[in-house]
Amino acid sequence: MTILTCATRLTHRTLLDAVALQPDDDERAALVYLQTDQEPIVVARRDFRRTALAYAAALHKMGVAPRDLVVIAHTQDLESIYAFWGTMLAGAIPSMFPTLTEKLDADIYMRSMAELVRLSDVRAILTTDEFAAVLGGHVPCPVYGSAQLTARVNGGDIDQFTPRVPDPDQIAFLQHSSGTTGLQKGVALVHRAVLNQVASYGDAIQLTAQDVIVSWLPLYHDMGLIAGFILPLVQGVPLVLMSPFDWVQHPALLFRAIHNYRGTLCWLPNFAYNHCARRIRQRDTEGLSAASIRMFINCSEPVRHDSHQLFLERFAGHGVRPETLAVSYAMAENTFGVTQTPPGLAPRLDVVDRVELLNNRYACPVSPDHPNAETRVSCGPPIVGTFVCAVDGKRRPLPERRVGEIAIQSDCMLSGYYKRPDLEPFHDGWYLTGDMGYIADGEVYIVGRSKDLIINAGKNIYPQDIESIVNTVPGVHPGRAVAFGVPDEREGTELVAVVAEVATDDSRQRKQIAAAIRQTVARQSMVAVSYVHTVGPHWLIKTSSGKIARAANRDKWLAEVHKEGAAYTAVP
Amino acid sequence: MDEKTVREKLAAFITRELIRDPSYELSDAEGIITGGLMDSFALAELAVYVEQQFGVYIPDTELTVAKMDTLDQVVARVMRGAQ
Repeated sequence: MTILTCATRLTHRTLLDAVALQPDDDERAALVYLQTDQEPIVVARRDFRRTALAYAAALHKMGVAPRDLVVIAHTQDLESIYAFWGTMLAGAIPSMFPTLTEKLDADIYMRSMAELVRLSDVRAILTTDEFAAVLGGHVPCPVYGSAQLTARVNGGDIDQFTPRVPDPDQIAFLQHSSGTTGLQKGVALVHRAVLNQVASYGDAIQLTAQDVIVSWLPLYHDMGLIAGFILPLVQGVPLVLMSPFDWVQHPALLFRAIHNYRGTLCWLPNFAYNHCARRIRQRDTEGLSAASIRMFINCSEPVRHDSHQLFLERFAGHGVRPETLAVSYAMAENTFGVTQTPPGLAPRLDVVDRVELLNNRYACPVSPDHPNAETRVSCGPPIVGTFVCAVDGKRRPLPERRVGEIAIQSDCMLSGYYKRPDLEPFHDGWYLTGDMGYIADGEVYIVGRSKDLIINAGKNIYPQDIESIVNTVPGVHPGRAVAFGVPDEREGTELVAVVAEVATDDSRQRKQIAAAIRQTVARQSMVAVSYVHTVGPHWLIKTSSGKIARAANRDKWLAEVHKEGAAYTAVP
Repeated sequence: MDEKTVREKLAAFITRELIRDPSYELSDAEGIITGGLMDSFALAELAVYVEQQFGVYIPDTELTVAKMDTLDQVVARVMRGAQ
């Protein structure tokens, strides 16, 4: 078996050419699924293919046709994985969604699922057997539990089922942006684009058949879906997978997996470096080695140099070396990777003048002892087939080191937003990312965003979604609440803060309103608000057009808590 | 360490470091995680604190939302481990 590279790209037509789906009687592991306190489940390629085919045959039997959209709203486990590949083998289009958890408001989850089904014309939803019975009555499409679905086919049905091989320019799957579920934009990716990404990104990390990928990442997010799922199964590289819920509570699980399976590649959002460094107890890593890892790839939220340092200090004794801490800049619209730092080299550090960067949008190199020195971490050069430039407000390309919006062009771009012909992703053939950055010596540096987007623990959060929830909390003046991100050094990510105007002066009532804001947001959006600040009328700053100015209100709040020496500054 | 001290220390830690609002009046039986007061990251943070502060190591199998969601539950686990 050879790895798919840019040079061998034409050997694959669609994702159904994935190594894990090939019909030979292959005993090698396609994937290993790990859970705390459970024996590992090893799935051989041959069994992987057979089970995925069972899902495909069953979906076919239930009338799911090629190009139908199938939503997989599952707990992250093996069933959800078979459901995804089974849907593709049936020629239909899968899309991964989070399932309902105990933290979420069930009514709101059901309503947004129903909205998604209507707006995107979802043909069926696949989920767990228990949840299928609950969700079934709330959405206008069939809902199938895994066992119920596969019980509809027998061995003969599976033997006779022929995969529905699509055209390379048909949609392979959708990646949904974060945001209010029903209104999320479905990023549509065709087979050709996804394979271009797999080949080109594989080249960028010099992927070989000896690699082992270890991942805890959620599959409803581009980094988890592509790097921690599609890439290994297409390439035939073993995947060691765990659930994000399990990992976040038991972060040492990742290091045990790396040690036990000699993992070589692992993608992590920036906060995960802090989480692992600060919250894996010493005794949980005794005797474990991560020396087999050739790249820990920091991706999907702004990369912080201090997070890398913290991680190195904690795990250097376990074989983690500076040159293994790599960086990628990625987004669902480009399937996944846009840039990648080269293997075996620590990412370049660019020391620039912070004041010049802020005031003149110019990344002026200075020496590290300059009073305004600020260290930026490179995201590396673009991968083959992807072109990046920084553009000004009139979308004209900027010279090197000038900060502008990052625009990209590539052969692995989305084909469009699913069933949203009103949304045009491209401007003169370029996709505008909303990220602000500069290019120096051919490498991309991200410095901020043009939008008010909050990135908390690798998840994109739209402040307007949080604000619209806060506005429904009794006691809050509707339309008088603001949400924004606050960078947090301890967590290595942005935390979510809410400021809401309330009528009452009574501190007891204000506390109750603040508690209600935390609870309501958590139950409706999977987001934990870290700071809630209730203020009196007319506190919030509005723009001349009457909109709430998020950045100005964030600055005002930061100034206030700083003055009061309140909770925010108390956090080390 | 007696239960009262453990409870006070834990409540102070949870409100200050995990809820990030020292004025929050945490009750003994409210769901800290299920009630949306903090992220699931907090469980791992709590485990580190409990080990440092009380010398009690809580294995991963017990670090679950079901077993560690309320102040009462955490206090009981610490007291059990400290004996």
